[in-house]
Amino acid sequence: MKSILPLVLTGAATRKRGKTLIGPVDLTVGAEGFTIVIGPNGSGKTSLLQLMHGLGRVSKGSVRWNVSQAEAQRQQAYVFQTPIMMRRRVVDCIAYPLLLTGTGRKAARARAAEWATRLGLGEALDRPATVLSGGEKQKLALARALIRKPEILFLDEPCANLDGRATREIETILLEAYRAGTRIVMATHDMGQAKRLSTEIAFLYKGMIHEYGSAETFFSAPKTHEAQAFLRGDILE
Amino acid sequence: MNDILQGLSAAFHLIITFDGELAEITLRSFQVTLSAVAIGSLLGLPFGAWLAVNRFRMRRYTIAVLNALMGLPPVVVGLFVYILFSRSGPFGVLGLLFTPTVMIIAQVIIITPLIASIAHQAIRELWAEYHDLLLSLNTTKRQRIITLLWDGRRALLTAALAGFGRAIGEVGAIMIVGGNIDHATRVLTTAIALETGKGDFALALGLGFILIGLAIVLNLAIHILSRTEQGGRW
Amino acid sequence: MRFSKIALATAFVMSASIAVAEEIKVAVTTSFHNSGLSDILLPAIAEDIGLDVQLLVVGTGQALRLGEAGDVDAILVHSRKAEDAFLEAGYGTHRREIMYNDFVLIGPNDDPAKIGSAENAASALTLISNAETPFVSRGDDSGTHKKERALWASADLDDSTFGSWYRSVGAGMGATLNTASGMNAYVMSDRASWLNFGNKGDLALLFSGDPVLFNQYAFIPVNPKLHTHVKNDLANALEEWLVSDHARVLIDGYTINGETLFTHNAVAE
Repeated sequence: MKSILPLVLTGAATRKRGKTLIGPVDLTVGAEGFTIVIGPNGSGKTSLLQLMHGLGRVSKGSVRWNVSQAEAQRQQAYVFQTPIMMRRRVVDCIAYPLLLTGTGRKAARARAAEWATRLGLGEALDRPATVLSGGEKQKLALARALIRKPEILFLDEPCANLDGRATREIETILLEAYRAGTRIVMATHDMGQAKRLSTEIAFLYKGMIHEYGSAETFFSAPKTHEAQAFLRGDILE
Repeated sequence: MNDILQGLSAAFHLIITFDGELAEITLRSFQVTLSAVAIGSLLGLPFGAWLAVNRFRMRRYTIAVLNALMGLPPVVVGLFVYILFSRSGPFGVLGLLFTPTVMIIAQVIIITPLIASIAHQAIRELWAEYHDLLLSLNTTKRQRIITLLWDGRRALLTAALAGFGRAIGEVGAIMIVGGNIDHATRVLTTAIALETGKGDFALALGLGFILIGLAIVLNLAIHILSRTEQGGRW
Repeated sequence: MRFSKIALATAFVMSASIAVAEEIKVAVTTSFHNSGLSDILLPAIAEDIGLDVQLLVVGTGQALRLGEAGDVDAILVHSRKAEDAFLEAGYGTHRREIMYNDFVLIGPNDDPAKIGSAENAASALTLISNAETPFVSRGDDSGTHKKERALWASADLDDSTFGSWYRSVGAGMGATLNTASGMNAYVMSDRASWLNFGNKGDLALLFSGDPVLFNQYAFIPVNPKLHTHVKNDLANALEEWLVSDHARVLIDGYTINGETLFTHNAVAE
């Protein structure tokens, strides 16, 4: 089974209504790593993730996987900033991606129950997903994303609306998944989180990648003026 | 006011004595309308969902036409269906005129746009919610429609019930294509029209109260069976 | 769950359509049906000749239309001119006179136009026109309506020039009577419908008896040469029954509040 990585973006950009949301961007996402996409609000983090995942329109340039587009789509997962809950029970929400690919209902529900327990949702299996708390919803989204064992997982500021405890729980699971071999690309504006989790950093500013490299290098010796200002805590306009 | 009281007592009397004719026309009313609702739902619900998730050039016009068809005057539909199924018409050989079957056909034509329109609106909202997720999960169009239909089933039930409401009270079309023939195509609404025409308002009102009562009972039954409004459940 | 509903509904529908062995569809006018006579005749017909007569109660115009289209096997109407035109055009085989009733003039109890003492129908209508009291007309080109128009014409009055006191409703006999009752207006009705009407309000029968108000009903089988599917033999059997002695007894004997409504005048061949 060929890996879908590396993912290569060449001069890729997304334009909407005359405005460039992101790009042009040249970026290679290699086979291994925990990439954090960081930058001020409005810098295009969401647009970049969606461009990579195929939710955003490729207005210019190209977004190429190691395999065909169709093949690559099956091996990815995406966690939205505001988790999208289906109007179903928790166990059915988590099992949904498996049902799509032909897994039988019983088997799917069993796997979903396992994952739910792993993420601390074991007690909530039969509750409607819409009544969960913010943290629980995000954990559900994560379980749903991981249940198909994707090669790459995109996350768009998953802990933005969560408290410290929920954040820690989610970070723990992410690290587990990473160590189990899942490639992770995650957007955040939380510096501490970036330091805790990342192996490499993509720093975004005004829709362009200003710096891209190992996490160590970025945090100790940022090259660009904007990155330095950002790390200092200044407001970037 | 006196007429209304007389109507209530007429209704009461008919029910208490298990009036045979009342039972016959009531049963026929429900046969015709429930059949029409079943067929109309089978046609309208998936179409409404399909319209919500598909983007194509003529989409705006299709939706506009669909919404406009909701306002089709039933009597015009009846006339149209009559012309089609008259012996001198294209489908005359089927001999369906003045039978409950053609009444069902007329009612299907009347209620399917209504069901499809409500379904479309409900599914469209749900699709807006699910859009990014279903795209991200790489679903096929067919999977999307099935998922939306299932998750949106409560709203779809409302669509079907709206169709039921429109059909059970309809009289113009089925009067023309059914002929209101005693013991053959007479239903509650056409019987009410007949009694009103004879000036027997008490009986007409009585039948009307029974019609409304049955519609309420049916709706209640459906809501109880689908366990809506039960604390926190969808 | 939806499937079994359909199956069940289909079964019900089919069972509703399986009828008695011999059945015939006859279009009759609202004035005939509202008299209540059909409730007496139909069971007798079923018993005597085993024929299930399915009545479509419609206006004269629609009855003729149904006959033209071949959607019914025979018609029973009361509009000589329209019947002749129907036969001329070849839609029916022949007409057979069965019975007659009469038209009457109905109006508010206090009779503001004073037609109660009129000499004949034409002068009664002239009085109404002069007084401009509200008058409700069938307005639906039915046999009754055509009769009414002919009467206005016989009094040298043009009903298309009447003012707002003349209200043309375009409805059947019952609905028209309802409207007249609601407006407390004058109206021309056939006696049978009036006697059987349940919402008289303040109206009363004010004028009748002029021979010109005579209303002949005729039976016309739809032409099988034009529509091969019509049950012409059954139509003929029904016609035979309608001119029979048993029919005569039932029709002449039908009363409401002691008043006879119809007079059987069929001639046996």
